[in-house]
Amino acid sequence: MSEPREEVLAATEIEERFGTAPVDHSLEAPGRMSAVRLLGSNPVTVASAIVLAVVVLLALLAPWVAPYGINEVDVANALQPPSGEHWFGTDDLGRDVFSRVIVAARVSLQVALISVTFAFVVGVTIGLISGYVGRFLDTVLMRIVDVMFAFPVLLLALAIVAILQPGMATTMLAIGIVYTPIFARVARASTLSVRNEPYVQVSRTMGTPARTIIGRHVLPNITGPLIVQTSLSLAFAILSEAALSFLGLGIQPPAPSWGGMLFNAQGFLSQAWWMSVFPGAAIFVTVLAFNLIGDGLRDVLDPKQRTLIEARRKR
Amino acid sequence: MRISPGQLLAFFGRRLAYSAVVLFGVLVLVFLIVQLVPGDPIRLALGTRYTQEAYDALLHASGLDKPLGQQFISYVGNALTGDLGVSFRTGEPVTELLMQRLPATISLAVVGIVIALVISIPAGIWSALHEGKVSDGIIRITSQFGVSIPDFWMGMLLILLFSTTWGLLPSSGYVPMSEDVVGWLERVILPGLTVGLVAAAIMTRYIRGAVLEVAAMSYVRTARSKGLAGSVVVRRHILRNALIPVLTIAGIQFATILGGVIVVEVVFAWPGLGRLVYESVAARDYSMIQGSVLLIAVMFLLVNLVVDVLYAVVDPRIRLS
Repeated sequence: MSEPREEVLAATEIEERFGTAPVDHSLEAPGRMSAVRLLGSNPVTVASAIVLAVVVLLALLAPWVAPYGINEVDVANALQPPSGEHWFGTDDLGRDVFSRVIVAARVSLQVALISVTFAFVVGVTIGLISGYVGRFLDTVLMRIVDVMFAFPVLLLALAIVAILQPGMATTMLAIGIVYTPIFARVARASTLSVRNEPYVQVSRTMGTPARTIIGRHVLPNITGPLIVQTSLSLAFAILSEAALSFLGLGIQPPAPSWGGMLFNAQGFLSQAWWMSVFPGAAIFVTVLAFNLIGDGLRDVLDPKQRTLIEARRKR
Repeated sequence: MRISPGQLLAFFGRRLAYSAVVLFGVLVLVFLIVQLVPGDPIRLALGTRYTQEAYDALLHASGLDKPLGQQFISYVGNALTGDLGVSFRTGEPVTELLMQRLPATISLAVVGIVIALVISIPAGIWSALHEGKVSDGIIRITSQFGVSIPDFWMGMLLILLFSTTWGLLPSSGYVPMSEDVVGWLERVILPGLTVGLVAAAIMTRYIRGAVLEVAAMSYVRTARSKGLAGSVVVRRHILRNALIPVLTIAGIQFATILGGVIVVEVVFAWPGLGRLVYESVAARDYSMIQGSVLLIAVMFLLVNLVVDVLYAVVDPRIRLS
């Protein structure tokens, strides 16, 4: 039998005795290294990352890489099939499809990035508060999230566009709002599982303010699922933007967008297959890359998470 | 384990109360659509050329001239009795217009979910039981393709192949099943495939995950170690338990298709609810937007409710938790 111990413990000693908080930096570094190495050992993830890097690079350099101006009309050369001069052919106004596709990449990625950032910041804040504070506030916030989940994604986005004017800012806001609840749920679920860990309880009994606990203990421990969700949400955000623009309610012409180009191509399906195939393929490849990276990340960072949430948010 | 009817009733009661709370939230949100429009929604809906009489008549018919609280109470009251007001554009009752569109959407959703189930159940189970093999890899990659493809683009490609190139099927349009079964079938195949293949991809991934998860349970290991034949373990222990998540995902997908195939309906000129939503947003017909959004959300809630109730009937563990 050991003697009862009643000495007062220093904070570090408490952490040692009750299990170290996972933010211990000596432990964190090798963990991250191995996560990167694990990701690097997955050929699909590596290939997707390369493809995505090319898309991003093309998007960033679009104004310099594009061989033609995006609104350079050349009616004499309208509806030309792909050739050495026009790799992806020309559209009904003789505009170069290749140039438009890479400039549109820029627009699509920008919209996706900004709207997912919005969803991430707002959603994670709601989820953290809801999961950490709990009780009444949790109930209210989660019912609001439930209500938003009662609408299919695109329907909710369309309703927002109907209230505001269609345009780039509205598109970003609509997609951002639509994907907020998913981040709230992921953040809340992870927070709940961390909240009752011994190191968080100890920290709380020591009188550490909630803000510090959330910042130092909760947030670092829920990043895995959030990173995975971010990658998948970027994929879905690109799909949503394309759908809105296809309906003429997203990015407005003359700004090129993949969805808008596909809308335009509809009238020329039988005469000019290239007008519909290339912009669609651009969406497909970009979304696929984000999804495969998300999958790879999940295997490494969050192996237990199931695909239900993702399945729920496709349309 | 025996569950008393009382426990079952209590579960249904709780579940129903929850749906009612969410429904109330949905009603608030839908009501707010018109209120949040910056400017005058009636003027926006009427466009530039209208008479003062038309304006006044619509203002009165929409009830937007009453105080906010009163508007909300009468909106909720009317909505619960099936009265969703009149279209800002045509003046026809919204409920009637919605009901005209419902059959087309339901028939598309049923065809889509059947295609999805027929593909995803065998593919998902096969993939999980052959984890790590080549066939699993092929199924996983194919399903990832399906998740990543924009559905409207797939619809366009199908039209490009099956109707413009090969001339096998009509590219768009709709004929009610009651009028012409063959004509309906011809026209539902392409949109049905578009919707079904995307749903199949999502469901395959999910079913694979569900089967794998059950296969890793300790009772499966016990069953194997007590010497049960592999096929018996798969049938009796793995598949039976994996059925529940499959039910969920099928329900969610059905609800999603029912309310969410806006773009596919537009591509195939399918006169369903989705295209109605699109048309009303484009025309800024706010009462139509409200009505269709509400109907879709309610169908979504209903399907989820049915799935949860079925769940509880199938699996007693859920009722107790």
